[in-house]
Amino acid sequence: MAAPLSIQLEFGGGAELLFDGIRKHQVTLPSQPEPWDIRSLLAWIKENLLKERPELFVQGDTVRPGILVLINEADWELMGELDYQLQDQDNVVFISTLHGG
Amino acid sequence: MCESEEGGGCGGGGRPARAPRGGRPLKCMKCKEGPPVLIIRVGDAFCKACFKDYFVHKFRALLGKNRCIFPGEKVLLAFSGGPASSAMVRQVQEGLSREAAKKLRFKPGILFVDEGGVCGQGLEKRGEVRSQLERILRATGFPYHLVNLEEVFGLPGSILRAVSHSATDHSQSYKEAVDGFIQQQELLQCERTGGPGESLPGRLAELSIQDPSEKETAEVPGPLSISHTAELTRLFGAVKTLTAREELLQTLRNHLILHVARTSGYTKVMMGDSCTRVAVKLLTNLCLGRGAFLAGDTGFSDGRHGDVLVLRPMREYSAKEIAFYNRLFGVPAIFTPALATKAPDRASIHRLIESFLCKLQSDFPSTVSTVYRTGEKLGAAPGDDDSDGATEPERCLLCLCTLDTNVVDGSSLQSTLLSEELCQKPPLSAGSSCCEDAPTQTGCCKAPPVAGAIPPQVWLLPLLCYSCRLTIKDMSCLEPLPPYIHSEAERRRRSRAAMKQEIQEFLLEDDEAPPAS
Repeated sequence: MAAPLSIQLEFGGGAELLFDGIRKHQVTLPSQPEPWDIRSLLAWIKENLLKERPELFVQGDTVRPGILVLINEADWELMGELDYQLQDQDNVVFISTLHGG
Repeated sequence: MCESEEGGGCGGGGRPARAPRGGRPLKCMKCKEGPPVLIIRVGDAFCKACFKDYFVHKFRALLGKNRCIFPGEKVLLAFSGGPASSAMVRQVQEGLSREAAKKLRFKPGILFVDEGGVCGQGLEKRGEVRSQLERILRATGFPYHLVNLEEVFGLPGSILRAVSHSATDHSQSYKEAVDGFIQQQELLQCERTGGPGESLPGRLAELSIQDPSEKETAEVPGPLSISHTAELTRLFGAVKTLTAREELLQTLRNHLILHVARTSGYTKVMMGDSCTRVAVKLLTNLCLGRGAFLAGDTGFSDGRHGDVLVLRPMREYSAKEIAFYNRLFGVPAIFTPALATKAPDRASIHRLIESFLCKLQSDFPSTVSTVYRTGEKLGAAPGDDDSDGATEPERCLLCLCTLDTNVVDGSSLQSTLLSEELCQKPPLSAGSSCCEDAPTQTGCCKAPPVAGAIPPQVWLLPLLCYSCRLTIKDMSCLEPLPPYIHSEAERRRRSRAAMKQEIQEFLLEDDEAPPAS
């Protein structure tokens, strides 16, 4: 049983357009049986935060190709990508590198 | 398929390249000390400090290697507010602030083209973007120009003519120019008198066709004319597909950039195309029928305008490197929506190719660089350079590339045109009477369209390259095109007609309709 987590999410490079144009979100993830990882975070974002066109942000269980993910200012490829287990106060940034966001 | 799993066999299904890549690197591959912050290329982890060195070095190395910017020369940085051009501006700042020996020696200016008018931004939003931009631009300390895309309606027809350049013979004189510049600087330092190092930049400025009104300070754009915005909306409204709209926007933007460069005496323009963008552009342009111009459209330097050389100094950085650089080192960038913002993957060829490459890249991390490196092998067509001024090659009215339509028999262009012609023929039942049925229809049978009822397309198309023809064909009407395009087309048509008249008596009578042109 994972305790609720408070994390900061940031969207940039045009990805913020899918979130009402708001770049920074301070969110609290509710407690759930399994520990929170990026995979479940993405599912949570899709359910709770995304305002429109989810396919422009998530595809399958991962982010849309062309969107970079930084966990605490480091490349998520260094952190285990989808399997990274979120800690309290983590900072996760999504930057779209696609033309026009 | 299984490049990342050496000796392990393919395993059972799943996505091969996604398999854990042999443990994560714990240290920077360069200094072997710092904690890594990002992976560039496959498995190369860099720490923040080493990444910065790597990034800064790459820019300088690329400029140094190509030796095409002369000391003291005025260089226009085309700045869109996006990540790549923002990083480019930062690199120039970085280079100019170095100690003497390593200092970049050109004079930069920044140009921003406000495309809010076609990208569905209201005046209020555009004003907001503009004030944000001005804050960023002022902070750079460089002179800057803010231009509205609407200004294309006031461009002169001469923008569509390439200016031959004989004064700038590169490579051989580069070293002399640098030495001369350094000596001059030293002299200036001793004397401390007036007369700034005028000779080279002055000479180069003379090359611009219009008198360079040297506005070194910020250029305040004229009040935005509402009627022009409406015209612009009408123009893009007449374009039926997003693909053609993207192409048209790019064409108009390039004309505007060229105009600012010429009128303000810039002899080089730097564009912020990243490696990822270049790869996307390569494949996109192939699909658009621009294969003949790939080298110019994507190469490091593009000399199609003659007097103004377009450079792409960011083309060795991937979009990822740029995004990380901007994030880690606080480079301000503004997000402005583009034409394709929020559009689905298949909305345009550009979009489709981009998502195709990105998807492939996420499974096979060398995709983009492979496409990019393949494109690097392309050089400008030999015909481009060795035209000895005797016969200036005909250029496309819109993209200003040497026309690719004067082709030999049996080319794929001919077969394309033929099949197009056949497709336009009405069903067989109409038989041979098709011309009488639709006398004004373009391309109907083999009969040239009747004079008088010529739609503008008919006389515009021969002046265009194959790809620009496709763009124009996607427009429902051509009247909304900016006046300079019409006037230049008219001029070319007249000069061609005049030339034809001159040589008329030498022509053999039995010539059928003139080929393609």
